[in-house]
Amino acid sequence: MIEVKGVEKSFEEAGGRRQVLFDINATFYDGKTNLIIGQSGSGKTVLVKNIVGLFKPDVGQILYDGRDITQMDRKQLKELRKEIGMLFQGSALFDSETVMGNVMFPLMMFSSMSPEEQRERAQFCIDRVNLTGSENKYPSELSGGMQKRAAIARAIALNPKYLFCDEPNSGLDPKTSIVIDELLSDITHEFNITTIINTHDMNSVMGIGENIVFINKGHVGWIGNKDEVYSQDNDDLNNFVYATDLFRDVRKYRLVHGYHRGENT
Amino acid sequence: MALNKSLDRFGSYCMFMWRSFGVPEKWKVFFRRYADEITKLGIDSIPLILIVSLFIGSLCTILIKLNISNPLLPRYTVGMTTREIILLEFSSSILCLILSGKIGSNIASEIGTMRVTEQIDALDIMGINSANFLVMPKVLGLITIMPFIVIICMATSLFGGYLICILTGIVDPDTYIYGIQAMFIEWYVWFALIKSLFFAFIISSISSYYGYTVQGGSVEVGKASTDAVVMSNIMILVADVILTKLMLQ
Repeated sequence: MIEVKGVEKSFEEAGGRRQVLFDINATFYDGKTNLIIGQSGSGKTVLVKNIVGLFKPDVGQILYDGRDITQMDRKQLKELRKEIGMLFQGSALFDSETVMGNVMFPLMMFSSMSPEEQRERAQFCIDRVNLTGSENKYPSELSGGMQKRAAIARAIALNPKYLFCDEPNSGLDPKTSIVIDELLSDITHEFNITTIINTHDMNSVMGIGENIVFINKGHVGWIGNKDEVYSQDNDDLNNFVYATDLFRDVRKYRLVHGYHRGENT
Repeated sequence: MALNKSLDRFGSYCMFMWRSFGVPEKWKVFFRRYADEITKLGIDSIPLILIVSLFIGSLCTILIKLNISNPLLPRYTVGMTTREIILLEFSSSILCLILSGKIGSNIASEIGTMRVTEQIDALDIMGINSANFLVMPKVLGLITIMPFIVIICMATSLFGGYLICILTGIVDPDTYIYGIQAMFIEWYVWFALIKSLFFAFIISSISSYYGYTVQGGSVEVGKASTDAVVMSNIMILVADVILTKLMLQ
């Protein structure tokens, strides 16, 4: 579980300091797909960078199962990072390595496994994300969806306790997006990972959002889950989620008829 | 303002180098990368060095022959002067200026692309010191291979001069051979080798710094690559003057 308590963050700019995050309080649970949503420029990426320790908050605490990342020294931070997997927006696979090389990389750097065991574990992760047969391909030979899956395989190679995903569906077609969403959701439940997904993809919100934190202009605007999204009356959230006629119609329909995932509604 | 910016940049470069040099996460991985960099930065540059050295050696011989027409000067002066030019300046300074274009832009664009495609962030998130992981093998690899490159350059350039003597007959080949051995000062070879170590450090560290600190996209990577080459060249020339003054006077 990751708890964010009273986090504030500002940046020095030409015209003075600009505050991006204001008193953020949120909890991200084990074994759940936790979503951070919000408009572009709302501060969600800054929040994620604070949580993973790439930025240090001005004020507040970020607790990883009780361990405050803001108070950790370099060595402690390094140890914590071994428990973290991250999926980047652009996949961030190493161009010079094959899929197998990319997935084996964290194992090679941090595990005490023999090369055979590393290869076995990497193969397990590659199989798990349905990339069997692409082990020897380079990232440039993979489609966007396959790159994302290879990046997920690399992120889970060390059995992380915490998985961060930055815009996992950006640049993907709707069908592939659903595949990635379902893969992330399945992996989260299977390995009981605390998964935090930074997204503004409404299909993800409505499909896998078990715990949703809505960031609006640097404040926590709303916290709930995918079922509550339909019935809440937060104007800012509604303007964001139901920005198109299609989603407004879906909402109206589902409020009347109800919705359960997997049913033909 | 410009001075402040330059000092700021220099401070940032020093801190970057401080981060880059430390105990590697895994020695096995470091040695693999170190060997790869020696191949990529050094061995792969040998064809370019051979071509450039061969022609420069030939050119030196032709130009010196054309410009030294005093009958009082011995005939072997052509070979001797060619040797001095190659040992003192071409094989280290000019060669490194040429190599900074190839190697410097290669390093800056490789690391810069890794920066803008978040590959460096991925390393940081994993808990790896990305500066150390990426830069140290490049710097040490180039420093290791550079003296060998300089020796290859010296030999090829002198051979280029010999070849032009055979092909055109502007100087008798035996006289040329005598000239390149006449009044030989061994220290000049050491001088070139020592200088090349400094230049290797300048090329690899400055290019790595420019690549590592890129912000933006492909346009900025291209700009960083150009800036890295320009700055490396300037620093090579500055270092050349200082080292020559210190070691030859």
